[in-house]
Amino acid sequence: MKSFEYAEPRTEEEALEFLQEDGGTAVVLAGGTDLVGLLKKMVVRPDRVVNIMEVDAFKEIRPLSDGGLAVGAAVTLDELLASVHMADYPGVLDAIHGINSMQLQCQGTLGGELLRRPQCWYFRRDGELLDGERVEQGDNRYHAIFGNQGPAKFVSASRIAPCLVAMGAQARIRSLDGERWCSVADLYQIPRRREQRETTLAAGELVTHIVLPPAADMQTATYEVRASVGPDMPLAAAAAALRFAGGRVAEARIVMGQVAPIPWPADAAANFLAGRVVDEETAAEAGRLAVAQATPLSHNEYKVQLAATSVRRAVLRAAGLDTGGF
Amino acid sequence: MKEPGKSSGMQFHRRAFLQGSGAVAAATAISGGAAEAATKAARVVRSKTKITLHVNGADHEVEVEPRETLLEVLRYQLDLTAAKPVSSDGSSGASTVLVDGKPMTASTLLALACRGKKIETCEAVSSHHPDKVCEAFVKHDSLQCGFCTPGFVVAVRAFLKRHPNATREQIRQGLNGNLCRCGTYADMIEAVTDLVKGGGNG
Repeated sequence: MKSFEYAEPRTEEEALEFLQEDGGTAVVLAGGTDLVGLLKKMVVRPDRVVNIMEVDAFKEIRPLSDGGLAVGAAVTLDELLASVHMADYPGVLDAIHGINSMQLQCQGTLGGELLRRPQCWYFRRDGELLDGERVEQGDNRYHAIFGNQGPAKFVSASRIAPCLVAMGAQARIRSLDGERWCSVADLYQIPRRREQRETTLAAGELVTHIVLPPAADMQTATYEVRASVGPDMPLAAAAAALRFAGGRVAEARIVMGQVAPIPWPADAAANFLAGRVVDEETAAEAGRLAVAQATPLSHNEYKVQLAATSVRRAVLRAAGLDTGGF
Repeated sequence: MKEPGKSSGMQFHRRAFLQGSGAVAAATAISGGAAEAATKAARVVRSKTKITLHVNGADHEVEVEPRETLLEVLRYQLDLTAAKPVSSDGSSGASTVLVDGKPMTASTLLALACRGKKIETCEAVSSHHPDKVCEAFVKHDSLQCGFCTPGFVVAVRAFLKRHPNATREQIRQGLNGNLCRCGTYADMIEAVTDLVKGGGNG
């Protein structure tokens, strides 16, 4: 590890002041399950590390007056699993259960999970996120099958984000300039130039909370296709958020994970489901529509079918039906 | 101040968020002052510093750099070598210790971030002789080279505390954060199943 300064703020304002980059770079440390490994490999080489785990405001799970739920960025995944307030968001719990390791769940946080750096092995080797040519000619079996026309061919690493995007969750972002809110979807971007990253966060900005919308009549699910029972990243995933009226889908949002540099919305599939009854056939058609525009690379065509299956099973599960898998 | 949000839906969230938010109240109440500036400065560590870590029931004074991990301090300063350096990103689970009772990988924790926390390593977890988890591992021949074993023993302890009546499937799932390259998983699952039957989660 390169040598750095360590700061441990106790309040939100202090965290923002410590993140202020006067001449050097500062990074946010939460659980450390991603960042510390990257520090060791010197893929991330900050001048200052700001540990936000001792800021009480970032550790709250707070029901809001409008029926939504505010979750601090430093709330750990096992705290979310144990929270009574999360029972109405099974799609988020599916994703956390999928992170199949007690250690990652106890140490990892919601904010950290959403902002995990890409798992792309080229990036993890030397920090280069946008060497599209190398990915195209190299081993791209776990890379993107959507949104991969530019130099970014990695896949968005977060496993919770697809469900949050499908639900329309919001992120509260603070900087010394003030506060801004954006959808979780807008936290992510496909970088095209060297100075861009996979998130839209500017230097000095900090995600402090995620606000989940009222669960009310929304039914959510996440389905991941994993290579085995171990703690590896999934090969493909999808989340569905459905609202029903009279047995038919009134509103649907479907978002795929592990297939593009951002959580990838499957709008064609969602539009198809609107007004229909969810059954094995309509769910399968939604899956087919979701991948119709896929542009796989040389070694990842298999992911197209897995993504379709993820969508089909996420839709079935959100509708409370048997997924036909496990 | 930037625009709070584009859609009215976000405005709505923002209003609901602000109602009863202690965070915002506390933030606006902050004022300057020399004493405050001093405490704030003390929260930035720039170089090697003496800190106290609470490990296995005792306070230990150690000297650490900001970049040192808990695992490095345990192994190279406190001579507690049960937790192992296997994976740099914690994916092996071989450095598993309990931090305030929860299983975490010492290799991905900065030592400075562990100030004020109760840390237990395999040395403490298995210090009561005979230890039930260790006995079960021996009985079922649950180790081969043994390098991953201390991490597993700590993980099993943490797992049984949370799931005293775990099923075989839950045991398989629960120990997913630890890897064994010799592949003695089957025997480890036998050992833990035995512990569940025997109520060995004390």
